[in-house]
Amino acid sequence: MTRETPLLARYAEGLFWMARYLERVENLARLVDVTQNFEAPGREAESWFALVRINADEENYFKQGRTIDAEQVKHFYLLDAANPTSIPASLDAARTNARKLRPLISTEMWMQLNVFHRDMMAIAPDDLQGDRLSHICRLLKEGVQTHTGITEGTFFRDQGWFFYQLGRLIERADQTTRLLDIRYHILVPAVVDEERRVTELTQWGSVLRAAAGYHAFRRVAPPGFTPEDVVAFLLTDTAFPRSVALCVEQMEWLLGQLRSRYGLRGTVAALERVEELRAAILGRPVGRIIADGLHHFLDGVQRDLILLAAEIGTAFFRDWRPLAEAQSQAQSQSQSQAA
Amino acid sequence: MQFSPTDPFRDYAPGPYFCELTSQRADDQGTARSVQARIATIGLDALHARAAAAETELINLGITFTVYSEASAIDRILPFDCIPRVITANEWRTLEAGVKQRVAALNAFLHDIYHDARVVKDGIIPADLVFGNANYRPEMKDFPVRFGTYVHICGTDIVRDAQGRFMVLEDNARTPSGVSYVVENRHLMSRAFPDLMSGIRLRPVDDYGRRLLEAMTEIAPEGVDDPQVVLLSPGIYNSAYFEHVFLSREMGVPLVEGADLMVEDDRVWMRTTGGRRPVHTIYRRIGDDFLDPTVFRPDSMLGVPGLIGAWRRGNVTLANAVGTGVADDKAVYAYMPRIIRYYLDEDAILQNVETHICREPGGLAHTLANLENLVVKPVGESGGYGITIGPRATKAQIEAARAALIADPANWISQPVISLSVGPTLTDQGIRPRHLDLRPFAVTGRQTWVLPGGLTRVALKEGSLVVNSSQGGGSKDTWVLDDGAP
Repeated sequence: MTRETPLLARYAEGLFWMARYLERVENLARLVDVTQNFEAPGREAESWFALVRINADEENYFKQGRTIDAEQVKHFYLLDAANPTSIPASLDAARTNARKLRPLISTEMWMQLNVFHRDMMAIAPDDLQGDRLSHICRLLKEGVQTHTGITEGTFFRDQGWFFYQLGRLIERADQTTRLLDIRYHILVPAVVDEERRVTELTQWGSVLRAAAGYHAFRRVAPPGFTPEDVVAFLLTDTAFPRSVALCVEQMEWLLGQLRSRYGLRGTVAALERVEELRAAILGRPVGRIIADGLHHFLDGVQRDLILLAAEIGTAFFRDWRPLAEAQSQAQSQSQSQAA
Repeated sequence: MQFSPTDPFRDYAPGPYFCELTSQRADDQGTARSVQARIATIGLDALHARAAAAETELINLGITFTVYSEASAIDRILPFDCIPRVITANEWRTLEAGVKQRVAALNAFLHDIYHDARVVKDGIIPADLVFGNANYRPEMKDFPVRFGTYVHICGTDIVRDAQGRFMVLEDNARTPSGVSYVVENRHLMSRAFPDLMSGIRLRPVDDYGRRLLEAMTEIAPEGVDDPQVVLLSPGIYNSAYFEHVFLSREMGVPLVEGADLMVEDDRVWMRTTGGRRPVHTIYRRIGDDFLDPTVFRPDSMLGVPGLIGAWRRGNVTLANAVGTGVADDKAVYAYMPRIIRYYLDEDAILQNVETHICREPGGLAHTLANLENLVVKPVGESGGYGITIGPRATKAQIEAARAALIADPANWISQPVISLSVGPTLTDQGIRPRHLDLRPFAVTGRQTWVLPGGLTRVALKEGSLVVNSSQGGGSKDTWVLDDGAP
């Protein structure tokens, strides 16, 4: 029955980016939620501004005359469609991709995304006040999770599905590194006295909750766990869905399937990148990584993920757009708009 | 028939017009009565509530067309009226035969004018109307098309006068749109109003995609075993993009944009993740002018450089063929009864509306003398633009039309106002008559198949005769009753 149908390069690119943008929405909602939990009395502005640093958005943030201020950060990420890393911009980009993909994706996927987009575009400044912010974050998470569930249950699993999953996992791994990096920007410095130690563990608990990994972590963590165990969990656990190692493992499988099942030979360079990523994450004990500087390490992982996305783009997406200049791909954190 | 005081049809009065539900038809199988009774049972309030829910669903599903104004793009639905338009089995037999006849004549005419042009030599139609037509494509001269089919997809706009006679208002032989609404309206109807339909035997409309794909496969270049069909769309910003999505899904073929295709060695390829894959038939939803910037408009970003070359070499088929626009020109339309007789040796099954051609002195004089009673239309426009309806026009509008006519008579035709038929339509004031038309869709590869029914467009404004979606028109589900006979 099954007839092998070719996949338009443009569709593959659209699926990859639709998944990425939606994963970004969910994770940004998680980050906003956890930031609110970190908000220390008297230090709200700094806590919120950490979000900007985690996303490496400082330049763009200040360009429009913003100052370090909690409300302005919330506005920047939740309301400002002109900010390319904001939730409305990501949702818009996801929907535009979905619109291009309507011939391919299920009607149910399109309809949910269409309605979700419309509802979230209606978020107003009032919705960011008090407990409503947490409510909005929940709606955003649930919207993406609904999308994920509908996709799982209705999206045809030929080639396109593999590109969709690749986009999602690359974004997810990237977002987990940013969540981990929060320690560098917000958390109190590691010190010996008991009270500070408890405070720090509480904050790491919030990081785990933001990643929906708190309970799973408690199950596998040693009784007297330390921050190092949390980092190891988010970085290297092979059962936790948002751990970087698990994402990388799945990317490898997906690329291998594209090669063996669909005969796509362009996967070689991408697979080499995945190999390097895996070596970086699992090649030495987490204790060493932390001792050498976690922030620096996470930066490196983020760069590797960008290079991986670029290899996939070069191999499978670019061909349909011969006029586009070869871009400086180290910066390709968002989809090129040339068409 | 007895009406209860709460019957929504109590005040329904179609007046002098033919009503597509309530006017007596011998073979209506009691459908009209049963639909009215069921509507009464549901009640006006519930009808309004369900209609609103149905329209919300259309928005959520993105079954929309995009309207562009100066500043913004708005996705609008084609308003859906839940009271169906009913075509009886006998009426449909006439319509179907008439549409097939018309398509056959259009194709014969196109073949002729791009070969020997006997129709011109024999004096059936003036030469300048054909060769001087902006849509006449010299590139088509002596070019062979499979099965002599130029117009693979045709939409024929049909109206009905006060006596119930069907008449053709115009042919759409380029890239007619609207068929997606025929199918989606039926789906919507069966979701939202199953109790209106149950037990009534209707001809199904779900077969369109399969028939279309079959035709697109038939017309692929000879010798290709398993042809790759694609639908070429201008992309997501085109107002008919939903329909392009619909058709590509129903056919199960890729929806491509110009940039997805490339031509090398006079062959057309599409860019896939696995490299280039050959393409054999292109159902194109972009106009001739935009197909190939190396041949037609050099500024076109929608087309594919080299496409016409590949097509001339016979390596790819375009549907519809290039140059069909000359056949659906409103001035050529006036000659259609003669064209049908000339090629098929038959009388037209569906009448034309009497048409005065203003490029001819007699037609111009008659039009100028009777502007207040005529509909004046530009020959090249579609979408209901540029039309002046004499009896409805203001003095200033009449004078503007007069000036335009005198300035460029060849751009205009005129027709008497037809008392378009009406259908009961749900309005804020209750159920009221509204004017409507019908666009059946014919698909032709080796032979012609007509989708039962077609798109019924309804002018939602009281008294309005303009049914176009861009100008306040809506649509209805179109029922063709099945009497079991072929």
